[in-house]
Amino acid sequence: MNYLKIAAAGLLAGTMSFGAAQAQETVKIGLVIAMTGQQASTGKQLKAAVELYMKEHGDMVAGKKIEVILRDSASVPDNSKRLAQELIVNDKVSILAGFEVTPAAMVVAPLATEAKVVELVMAAGTSVITERSPYIARTSFTLPQSSVIIADYALKNNMKNIVTMVSDYAPGADAEKSFTGQLTAGGGKVIESIKIPLANPDFAPFLQRAADAKPDALFVFVPSGQGATFMKQFAERGLDKAGIKVIGPGDVTDDDLLPQMGDAVLGVVTAHMYSADHNSPMNKKYVEAFTKANNFRPNFMSVGGYDGMHLIYEALKKTGGKADGDSLIAAMKGMKWESPRGPISIDPETRDIIQNIYIRKVEKKNGQLYNVEFQTFNDVKDPGKIKK
Amino acid sequence: MTSPLIRRATESMLSRARWHPLEIIFWAGAFAAIWLLPTRHLILTEIAWLALFALSLDFLVGYAGIISLGHAAFFGVGAYAAALLAKHELINEPVLALFAAGLVAMALGFVTSFLVLRGSDLTRIMVSLGVALILRELANQFGWLTGGADGLQGVTMQPILGTFRFDMFGHNGYAYCLVVLFVLFLVARQIANSPFGLSLVAIKNNPLRAAAIGIPVDRRLIVIYSIAAFYAGIAGGLLAQTTSFASLDVFSFDRSADLLLVLIIGGVGYLYGGLIGAILFKVMQDYLSVLTPQYWPFWIGALLVAMVLIGRDRITGWTTPFRKLAAKLDWRAARRDAAAAEDRR
Repeated sequence: MNYLKIAAAGLLAGTMSFGAAQAQETVKIGLVIAMTGQQASTGKQLKAAVELYMKEHGDMVAGKKIEVILRDSASVPDNSKRLAQELIVNDKVSILAGFEVTPAAMVVAPLATEAKVVELVMAAGTSVITERSPYIARTSFTLPQSSVIIADYALKNNMKNIVTMVSDYAPGADAEKSFTGQLTAGGGKVIESIKIPLANPDFAPFLQRAADAKPDALFVFVPSGQGATFMKQFAERGLDKAGIKVIGPGDVTDDDLLPQMGDAVLGVVTAHMYSADHNSPMNKKYVEAFTKANNFRPNFMSVGGYDGMHLIYEALKKTGGKADGDSLIAAMKGMKWESPRGPISIDPETRDIIQNIYIRKVEKKNGQLYNVEFQTFNDVKDPGKIKK
Repeated sequence: MTSPLIRRATESMLSRARWHPLEIIFWAGAFAAIWLLPTRHLILTEIAWLALFALSLDFLVGYAGIISLGHAAFFGVGAYAAALLAKHELINEPVLALFAAGLVAMALGFVTSFLVLRGSDLTRIMVSLGVALILRELANQFGWLTGGADGLQGVTMQPILGTFRFDMFGHNGYAYCLVVLFVLFLVARQIANSPFGLSLVAIKNNPLRAAAIGIPVDRRLIVIYSIAAFYAGIAGGLLAQTTSFASLDVFSFDRSADLLLVLIIGGVGYLYGGLIGAILFKVMQDYLSVLTPQYWPFWIGALLVAMVLIGRDRITGWTTPFRKLAAKLDWRAARRDAAAAEDRR
C-alpha cells in the first residue's frame, strides 16, 4: 500500500508538467454521499441519478471531460468534512456535491468558502444551509417550502387540531416551525409537538402520545428512509382506524419505500416537490430509464442528483468550460430548466431552488402505491428566507 | 555484590524499557511523513488521533485487563469540551484547551471508575457501554449546548501556540497531532515500564494473587482508568480541533467497537498495538472505501475474519513472523542472551 503510494507519488512528480496540461481538460466533481450507514438509501438514489444523467448526456461538456469521484461518508459528518477536504486538496475538484443530511452540508460550508469551490447540495433540506457560504447552491428542496403549503391544506380541510411529530434535528425543527407558524396564523392549533430522536427510529411510544391527544391530523417529518417503519407502526397502533390522518412534507411517503408500505398508507396527504407519478413526458422517460438501470423507483432525492448534474453541465456550458468557483456559481444563479419534477430554477439572490410544490394523496395505480398529485403551487420560493 | 539472579532480573526489567531499533524507525517514519507524504496529511491526522485513542484503550485492555465497550464516552467528552472551549472562546490557545479537554475526560473517568470496577468482566462491559449511551443521549437532549443531532457548528480554531494555523491541507494539523501523540506515547512508555505498570500486569494476570502480595488493586485500577480517560479525552479533543466540529457520532457505539477492533488488529498489551492497529485499520478502510464506496464494510469484515483465522488461538498471531524478525534485528538481545548464558555457567 505504502510502496504503491510512494511509487505513485514519484510517478506524479515525474509527469507533473504533463499532468497540469491534462488537468485543464477535466472537470472533477467530488460526490460525497452516504453509501453505507443510516442514510445509505439517499446515497444509493443520488449515485443512481448521477450515473443516469451522465449516461444520457455523455461526459463531455464545453470541451471538458467530466469526472465524478465518489466517496462514502458512512453517514458521519466528520467523514464528509475530511473527504471534502481531501477532494479539494488532493484531487483538485472544482465542485463538491451530494451531502445527504444537513450537518454534512453545513460542516463542509467553511471549506467551500475558503477554497472557493462550489458546494452543490443535492439532498439536505434545512433552509439555512445556503446562507453558510456564498458558494453553496441547492437542487433538492427546503422543508418550509412544503410545510407551509401542507399547513394551508390542513386549514382548508378542517383539520384544526394537529399534533406535530418531527425528527429532532435541524430539518425537523424547520418543518415544525414553518408548519406551526402558518397553521396558527390561519386559526389552527398545534395541541402537542413531539420530537423523535434522529437515530432511534422506534416510533411506538411517540405514536401512543399522539393518539392520546386525539388530534384531527398528525403532521410528520422523518428523514428519507425512515418512512416505512413509521407507517408500519402507525398502522400497528391502530391510529389509522382511530381516524387520525397523516399529513406532512413528502419524506414520509418516500417513493423508494412506498411500494412496501402496505395499505395503511392509502390516503396519506403530503406536500412535496417530486413524485415518481408526476405526469409529464419527461418524468415518464426518467422513471422508465431509472428503474430499468436500477430495479428500484426514483425518489425525491434522486431528482436532486439528476438536476444537480444538469445544473453543473449547463453552468459549464455558460462559462465556456471555466470551472472556478466564482464563475460557476455566477453561471448557476438564475438558471432555469425543465426537470422530471416540473419547471425549476435557481434563485439568483439566495442560490436556493425555486420549484412547484404538489399536494399528493397515496393511491393505488396498477396495483402499486403512488403519491398521486392533485394540486399544484407554482414557483415556490423558500419561505424560510422570504420572511427576513 | 549482587547475585546473578538479581542481576538477570534487573537486566530483564531494564531491557523492557530500552528503545528497540524498530521503534526508532517507526517514529522516524511518522515524523518523516510530515515532509514525505504532504498529500496524505488528512488521513494521517485521523490515524494519529485514532492511535492515541487506541493507546488509551490498551492501558485498560492490555495492561489492567478491563474490557470496555464504551471508551467513546471519554473520547466524546474530550471532543465536545475542546469544541465548546473554542466556540465560546473560553480557552483560545489549542494546546491549553486540549489539555483542559483531557482533564475534563479524566474527571469523568475518575467518577465512573467506581461504577466500572464493581463486578466482573461482563458487568464492566455493560456499565462502560451504558455510560457512553447515557452521555450520547445527554448530548442529544442538551441541544442548546451541544447542537444536538446537527452537531456543534460554527467552531473556529485559533492558531496553535498563536502561530500555526490549522490549514486546509492539514499540514499543521498532522504535525500537531503527531507531536501530541509522541509526547503522550513517551509518558505511556514510562508508565508501562514503571513499577506501577508492572503491578497492573500482575493484576491483569491474577487479581487475587496481586492483592495477596500487597498491591492495592482497586486504587491502581482507578488510577489507570482515569489516565486512560485522559488519553481518550485528548484524542477526542484532537479530532474536534482538527475538524472544527463535534457531533453525536463521537459517542457512538460503533466508535467504541471499532476501537476494540483496532486494538485487536494491532495486538494488545505492548503499546504499539494501538498505533499499528490504527495505521492498518485506517489505511485498509480508506483504500477499500475508495475502491468500492458501496461494499467496503463487507471486505473489512472478510479481512478481519481472515486475520483471526490465521492468528488461531491468539488473535494477533499473524504478527508473530514480524515480531520474530524484530527480535533478530535487535543486536542487544543477542548480547543479553550471551550474558545470561555466562551467568548460568
